[in-house]
Amino acid sequence: MSANKEETLFQQKVDAEQKIEPKDWMPDAYRRTLVRQISQHAHSEVVGMLPEGNWITRAPSLRRKTVLLAKVQDEAGHGLYLYSAAETLGVGRDELVDQLLTGKAKYSSIFNYPTITWADMGAIGWLVDGAAIMNQVMLCRTSYGPYARAMVRICKEESFHQRQGYEIMLVLSRGTPEQKAMAQDALDRWWWPSLMMFGPSDKDSTHSAQSMKWKIKRQSNDELRQTFIDRTVSQAEFLGLKIPDDKLKWNEETQHYDWGEIDWTEFFDVIKGNGPCNRERLAAKQKAHADGAWVREAAMAYAEKKAKRQAA
Amino acid sequence: MKNEEALFRYAVRMGDNSLVLGHRLSEWCGHGPQLEEDIAQTNIALDLIGQARNYLTYAGEVEGKGRSEDDLAYLRTDREYLNVHLVELHKGDYAYTIARSFLFDAFHLALQQALTTSTDERLKGIAEKAVKEVAYHLRHSSEWLIRFGDGTDESHERAQNALDDLWRYTGELFVPDEAEEVLAKAGVVPHLKDIQAEWSATVDRVLKEATLKRPADGWMASGGKKGVHTEHLGPMLAEMQTLQRTYPGVEW
Repeated sequence: MSANKEETLFQQKVDAEQKIEPKDWMPDAYRRTLVRQISQHAHSEVVGMLPEGNWITRAPSLRRKTVLLAKVQDEAGHGLYLYSAAETLGVGRDELVDQLLTGKAKYSSIFNYPTITWADMGAIGWLVDGAAIMNQVMLCRTSYGPYARAMVRICKEESFHQRQGYEIMLVLSRGTPEQKAMAQDALDRWWWPSLMMFGPSDKDSTHSAQSMKWKIKRQSNDELRQTFIDRTVSQAEFLGLKIPDDKLKWNEETQHYDWGEIDWTEFFDVIKGNGPCNRERLAAKQKAHADGAWVREAAMAYAEKKAKRQAA
Repeated sequence: MKNEEALFRYAVRMGDNSLVLGHRLSEWCGHGPQLEEDIAQTNIALDLIGQARNYLTYAGEVEGKGRSEDDLAYLRTDREYLNVHLVELHKGDYAYTIARSFLFDAFHLALQQALTTSTDERLKGIAEKAVKEVAYHLRHSSEWLIRFGDGTDESHERAQNALDDLWRYTGELFVPDEAEEVLAKAGVVPHLKDIQAEWSATVDRVLKEATLKRPADGWMASGGKKGVHTEHLGPMLAEMQTLQRTYPGVEW
C-alpha cells in the first residue's frame, strides 16, 4: 500500500473515532507528536513531585501529611504509566529521562514556580490540578489508545487531588486572618501561571491545528482556558477570595467571563528556562539520578549474577 | 509505674518510632534512585505514619487529658519523644536508608507479630493491621540489602559501611525501659529478649545471602527511650512542627 493510501486510511479511522493502537500504521509525525507530548506529560508528573514534595516534611497535621504523601505518590505512578504509554511508540524510558535531565525535553512550566507557603499546597491542588484535569479529561478521548487509557486512570486520581486542594483552601479561608491572607496570597501567585498552563493562545500555537485534525487534541487551548475560568470564578467566590484580575467580569452576551491579558513575556521566559525554579528543579532531578546511579548498577549486577546462577 | 502510665508511654514509643522513621523515608520522595523506589518508599512511609496515628490516638485516650494525635506529634519537644535513636538518624545515602530500615523492620515485624496476641485489644488490633504492612517493609529492605551486598563492589562497600555505622544503634531496641518491663510482666507486650532472638536470626539469614558481615557487638547507644536523643531529632522536629508552632491552636 502506498504511504498516501495508508495515511488516508489512518485519517478515516481517526475520523471514525476508532483508537489507533501501537501496531497500527501511523504517520511518522503523529508518532513524533505523541512521543513529545506523552513524554512531556510524564516529565511534568515527575518534576511536579518536587514543589509539593517540598511541603511533605512540614505538613501541618498527620492527616495532611498522609494526604500529601499519597498525592505525590500518585504523581510518581502517573509518571510511570505515561512513560509506559510512550514506550509503546518505540522510545525507551531511559532515553526519555535522559532528554529531561539534559534539558532537551520540556515539562509543564507551572512547576518552575516556588511553593513558599502551606497555602500553595491548596492552590496547586485547586488551580494547577484543576487546570490539568481540563486537559486530561479531553485526553481520555484522544485518538491514541494507550495514551487515552492511561488518562482514564489518571483522571480518577486527579479529581481527588483537586478536591483535597480545594479543601485546604476552604479551611484556610475560614480560618484566622493570617490563614485567610495566606490563601489569598497563594491565589494571587498561582492564578496567572495556572492560566498559562493551557499553552499559547490559539493564534500562536504551533502544534494545535494538526493535533486537532489527528484528534490528539480535541479542544483548543483558548476554549479549555475559558472553560476553566468560567468554572473557577464561583469557586473563588465561595472561598471569599479575590481572583487577581480587575478585568474579570461576567458577559451576558457570550455567557462567559471576560478577563484580562496573560503576561506572555513571562510565559515565554519561563519556557526558555528563566522561571524562578527552572534550574533548581532540573538540578534536583539530576542529583537524584546521579546519586542513584550506583543503586541502579547494583540492582542490575545482582540480577545478572542471579540469572547466571539459575542458569548454571 | 502504674499500668496506665506504662501503656501511655508504650503507645507513644510505638507511635514515635513509626512516625519518625516514616518522616525520614518521606524525605526521599521525589529524590529516590528510580521512580519505582519513590513509590515504594512513599508506600512504606504512608504505612508507618498510619500506624503512628493509631498509636498516638490511643496514647491520647489512655492519658485521658484530651490530647489528639496531632497534639502529641506536633506539640512535644524532642525531650518528650520516646523513639529509639535508630529511626531518627539522618537519611544518609541509599545504602544507609536501606540498612537502617532493614535493622528496624526485622525488629518491628517480630514485635508486631507478638503483639497480635496482646491482651490489650487496641494494641492487638493495631498489630493485626501493621503486621501485614511490616512484612512488606522487611521484604523490601531485605531485597535491597541483598542486592547491595551481592551487587557491585561499590554497593557492597556502601552497605557494609552503613551496617557498621548503624550497628551501635541496635542495642537500644532490646533494652526494656520501665514501661516495657511493667507491661511485659503483665503479659500485655512481649519480652524484648524473645524479640531479639528472632531479630538476630533474621539478620543472620539476610546478611549471609547479602554476603555482608555482621558487625561485632560493642558499645551501644541508648537514651531515646527516655527522651535523650541524638543531634538529628531536634532539627527534624523543628521542620515538622513549624506551622503548628508558628500559628498555635488553629485548624489546618
